[in-house]
Amino acid sequence: MEKMLMVSSSPHVKAEHTTRKIMLDVVIALMPALIAGIYFFGVYVLFLTVVSVGCCVGFEWIWEKVFKRTITIGDLSAVVTGVLLAYNVPARAPVYIIVIGAFVSIILAKQVFGGIGQNFINPALAARAFLLAGYSTDMRSFPVPEQGRLLSSVDAVTGATPLELMKNGALDQLPSLTDAFLGNIGGCIGEVSALALLIGGIYLIIRKVITWHIPVCYIGSIFVLTTLLNGFDFYQSFYSLFLGGVMLGGFFMATDYTTTPMTIKGQIIFALGAGMITTLIRLFGGYPEGVSYSILIMNLVVPLIDKYVKVRRFGEVV
Amino acid sequence: MGALKERLQAGIIKDNPTFVQVLGMCPTLAVTTSVINAMGMGLSTTAVLICSNLVISLIRNFIPSKIRIPAYIVVIASFVTVVEFLLKAYAPSLYSSLGLFIPLIVVNCIILGRAEAYASKNKPLAAVFDGLGMGLGFTCSLTVIGCIRELLGVGSLCGITVMPSFYPPATVMILAPGAFFTLGILMAILNTIKAKRR
Repeated sequence: MEKMLMVSSSPHVKAEHTTRKIMLDVVIALMPALIAGIYFFGVYVLFLTVVSVGCCVGFEWIWEKVFKRTITIGDLSAVVTGVLLAYNVPARAPVYIIVIGAFVSIILAKQVFGGIGQNFINPALAARAFLLAGYSTDMRSFPVPEQGRLLSSVDAVTGATPLELMKNGALDQLPSLTDAFLGNIGGCIGEVSALALLIGGIYLIIRKVITWHIPVCYIGSIFVLTTLLNGFDFYQSFYSLFLGGVMLGGFFMATDYTTTPMTIKGQIIFALGAGMITTLIRLFGGYPEGVSYSILIMNLVVPLIDKYVKVRRFGEVV
Repeated sequence: MGALKERLQAGIIKDNPTFVQVLGMCPTLAVTTSVINAMGMGLSTTAVLICSNLVISLIRNFIPSKIRIPAYIVVIASFVTVVEFLLKAYAPSLYSSLGLFIPLIVVNCIILGRAEAYASKNKPLAAVFDGLGMGLGFTCSLTVIGCIRELLGVGSLCGITVMPSFYPPATVMILAPGAFFTLGILMAILNTIKAKRR
């Protein structure tokens, strides 16, 4: 019998990647940081994360139901946003902050502009900026980590984060490098443990969900610039990489597909710009931390970068 | 009366200066932090708009077209000065909270826009109706924005606390971003309604 010839339009070679699979990989990569968060701040962290994911998925579903759009909660992108949102609040944040944050990220930053793939800024970071401006007291009371105490008291002792200490020049009170690396410091839920985030980031790179360019350029530029501007204090510059949102931002938020440039060259420009703004805010700005604002600002520059950094068409004469 | 009704309808709904013409964005975004401020701003602008429309309509045949813009500005600025002094004398607290935005009514593009587009081409009475309609339309939109921002940002309306005590005020709503959020969402809602009707 004659063999049937399949005639179909391109593409003929397909990768296994679907949005759902990629998002699932991101969620898996974020899990070590959640475990670290629970270990250092207690199970309330888990509760906040679950509420956050629930609210994000819920808002997305409601919006798509009301406006009769295709329901896209199955692609897990709202789950990723929910997890990232929870990682960006302090460990004892009240629940209403999470609900408002979920509303801002899913409705105001994502669905209003057309849903997945259409948002021009990172939804979780938009919510973080909104909450920082709107509820600064709740967003800036960072509980001191209580290692291993799963059910700690609700009104935990709060203290300054290492970045706030650095900003105020109280360098002698800084926690050790090991503590900063493992996550035994004050900070947002998912930001504290650089180790857990590094494990997740490397998993993403191995699974080819992200490339190494953005994290390496972002973190590298912060290191180089901090060293240059901070009087060649190599230890301090290296130490500051494990504080605040550098790891979370570099691996998980500056690598969001929708809000970063499409070409590798553009992504490098994006990462260097974000690293520069982060360092400048940290060293000279009014806030102790600049990761979220730097990524948001660079999100806005993405269309411009994409316009000028184009891929050369194959065979094109310059 | 038909003309009045038509102008009012145009000003408040059909050609609403804020939501349809998107004019006068500077006061819209800056002074709508509370209902009182928003209404004060809206009514001051309405007063200036009615007076300037009337005068410009009266002298429309004597202004050489080449220098019409400076002529309009002189008329508008005179009325703004009058309103400014009146507010300073009789509503000092409103005057101090609106601050710089009172003299800035001079450059409010709604007023110049109505002078150019309507008062300079129509009879005095019609021009007054137009000023009233546009002014009230502006006042209404500002008040709505002011209500939403004060309610969410402070938890009160006209200075009276209305939200329950457990409501945490969203400070961001009375800051600049809150103004953009409110305006953008209201415009989106109105455009959706309009698109549905068509």
